[in-house]
Amino acid sequence: MTPENEDDLAQMITGASGPLRIVGGGTRPIGRCAGEALSTAQLSGITLYEPGALTLVAKAGTPVAEIETALAAENQRLAFEPMDHRALLGTKGTPTIGGVVAANVSGPRRISVGACRDFMLGVRFVDGTGTIIKNGGRVMKNVTGYDLVKLLTGSYGTLGVLTEVSLKVLPAVATQATLTLDGLDDATAIAAMSASLSSPYEVTGVAHDPATGKTCFRLEGFADSVAYRADALAKALAKFGTLDVVDDARTVKATWAAIRDVAAFADQPGDVWRLSVKPSDAAGIVAGIGAKAVQYDWGGGLIWALTQGGDLRAALGDFKGHATLIRGTADVPTFQPESAPLAAITAGLRAKFDPRGILNPGIMS
Amino acid sequence: MEMPTPNAAVISRKDQIVARLAKVLPPDAVISDIRETKAYECDGLTAYRCPPMCAVLPANTGEVVAVLKICHEMGVPVVPRGSGTSLAGGALPTADCVILGVAKMNAVIETNYDDRYIRVQSGRTNLSVTGAVEQNGFFYAPDPSSQLACAIAGNIAMNSGGAHCLKYGVTTNNLLGITMVMMDGTVVEIGGAHLDAGGLDLLGVICGSEGQLGVVTEATLRILHKPEGARPVLMGYDSSEVAGQVVTDIIKAGVLPVAIEFMDRPCIEATENFAKAGYPMCEALLIVEVEGSDAEIDAQLALIMKIAASHNPVELREAKDAEEAGRIWLGRKSAFGAMGQINDYMCLDGTIPVSSLPHVLRRIGEMSKQFGLDVGNVFHAGDGNMHPLILFDANKPGDLELCEEFGAEILKLCVEVGGCLTGEHGVGIEKRDLMNVQFAPADIEAQMAVKDVFDPAWLLNAAKVFPLASSEPRRAA
Repeated sequence: MTPENEDDLAQMITGASGPLRIVGGGTRPIGRCAGEALSTAQLSGITLYEPGALTLVAKAGTPVAEIETALAAENQRLAFEPMDHRALLGTKGTPTIGGVVAANVSGPRRISVGACRDFMLGVRFVDGTGTIIKNGGRVMKNVTGYDLVKLLTGSYGTLGVLTEVSLKVLPAVATQATLTLDGLDDATAIAAMSASLSSPYEVTGVAHDPATGKTCFRLEGFADSVAYRADALAKALAKFGTLDVVDDARTVKATWAAIRDVAAFADQPGDVWRLSVKPSDAAGIVAGIGAKAVQYDWGGGLIWALTQGGDLRAALGDFKGHATLIRGTADVPTFQPESAPLAAITAGLRAKFDPRGILNPGIMS
Repeated sequence: MEMPTPNAAVISRKDQIVARLAKVLPPDAVISDIRETKAYECDGLTAYRCPPMCAVLPANTGEVVAVLKICHEMGVPVVPRGSGTSLAGGALPTADCVILGVAKMNAVIETNYDDRYIRVQSGRTNLSVTGAVEQNGFFYAPDPSSQLACAIAGNIAMNSGGAHCLKYGVTTNNLLGITMVMMDGTVVEIGGAHLDAGGLDLLGVICGSEGQLGVVTEATLRILHKPEGARPVLMGYDSSEVAGQVVTDIIKAGVLPVAIEFMDRPCIEATENFAKAGYPMCEALLIVEVEGSDAEIDAQLALIMKIAASHNPVELREAKDAEEAGRIWLGRKSAFGAMGQINDYMCLDGTIPVSSLPHVLRRIGEMSKQFGLDVGNVFHAGDGNMHPLILFDANKPGDLELCEEFGAEILKLCVEVGGCLTGEHGVGIEKRDLMNVQFAPADIEAQMAVKDVFDPAWLLNAAKVFPLASSEPRRAA
């Protein structure tokens, strides 16, 4: 099914006789569910873009690339730098903004500016009864009624099918630089990353790759400001070693795109898990899970783990955070099982928004 | 403003209810004498008052559980209260309710500078969160103007903003986790020191739900290192169109100031008479503040000053030192007080797309003449969050109603141009019956369905947010 507009979509959902599998660009097959494919591909196009108000509204099926091109023409960007899952998951197709929002996809800059959900201003969606609902709007500050915008962001289509999203966008930056420390063990690297994030120098990416031993810090802004902060950060982190500075625009961009897309795991066999943890717990957690390889992003708060397969959560035990199986065939829940009261709330919300249980059923279990 | 008829059956059982609450709380934590409950009769929206049946002041999550279990079992409405600074009537009691005040719960539970968070009990005031970490160079970013008094619990309930949210976001962007007690006494832990939800973003929908989904007792908040410095510039223009264009040009130039504040002539005149900050008399005044090291500030301000100068300002003033910076902010920070000196006022907070600013200000000016009430505009210009202050005389019969009517027309205008009813104060009772202007019935139904899940009996702060006619079948059930 490929509805041509929102009303069309509403009718299709109303008339659906069984489960529906909602597809944007089909590049992020995270979680499993069966059902007839429902594509948002025809719900496409930027409906409003006001650079002076830092606001963009687009239909859910709009390709991310189309949005990024429009933004670049005005020297702006999606600051949460959504990850491109294609290489890691071996998918083809065109990532859509609806897919990004439905999976709350962010990148390394999440640690400084926030996640996709923090840039979401408004949604239109069709719930499981075929009702068209709007929430939020197109202005940057809005506390009018409940924030269903956040509830829908990251709900993987289980509460409704997104038809339109409004986003806060930000100015692009004139200069970027990567500062690198070499040869730190995991715990020391995390201490260095925490020190950088606890400084006033506005680091916008902090990642560590144990395989290469490199700890990367990203600075962005006007050239003089980046130069000043690079110097200041080098002094602040002197006890961890000497920082190597790269400011060639293409190299810096490529470095952070690889970190964002977990490029190092793309061609390696094995399951891929994504863990959100308290940064200072990260090294200890990694030591306990026996992964084939790991990568740290978000100053240690995000761990990407490549494993042989099986249930990583068994090794994790009772930890503070959550683990999601992003790639793999292990017969385990894709998403972190919730405590009983939270699971009851979640089930209650699904029953309200999708009483027949037809929207991506089971995808978030 | 209409409120539901109090439940007489509940009020008739007051003695029983108070007796049961007294069994689970210390003697000084249950307030039922009418002379004392009067202290809780209103919040920052002082035009509306109603003493609660009783008030309780639990000291921890366990005591909140005990209170809510009793109220749930006995069918007693509960109105949670932070510090009572809501400008929207979010903590206004009903005569049949128990006010659950979190004021006693003000402890810092944990500070963690490596992982950049603080965990506090929810009654702690906003400013004292920063106070707990500033000796280490950190701060908590959301800064509502009531920050000296307002509680984190209320900030979470209303998703409070502040002057600096253009850069740092509002409460929801700085909230990592909560402990919350649901109406039936169930305790839920959501989020923590890690980022983002592992399932549905429940934290996202609870933040800003105006105390209708549960009582938040503890919160984990993101803390940030303070910037090296900050400096404002002041610019005056002879039309709001031009000032609006300056804001747009600054944003499009790639600079992201931490604050862009706007004041119009009536506001400038009032604050000058009151605070004597030395503001120019003009149609539109902007205060733009940037952060960073001295060199970074110089560079950003050079760019901003160039843009400002290209639009023929009547005044352009850069703070050279802390004293001058203080003077630039003095008028803005005294604006509400200055307007209050002239008369009673009602403060609105609708948000509009920045591009609609000149049109909206012109229409407000016309309506001001039509209603015969003066209005001054203070405005977070970077994010479109307006603060029209309508002056009225509370002692003059009919003036409050006229003022409310005027306010409603302004908010309808905000929605008409693509904005919303409230940017940071919340709906409360104040904007409750205007929700239909912004939302279709299905939009409101979807929100009420969320409350059904968390509080099926609709006992928590139920007379707020939704138009009474919309929520009536649920409240009556």
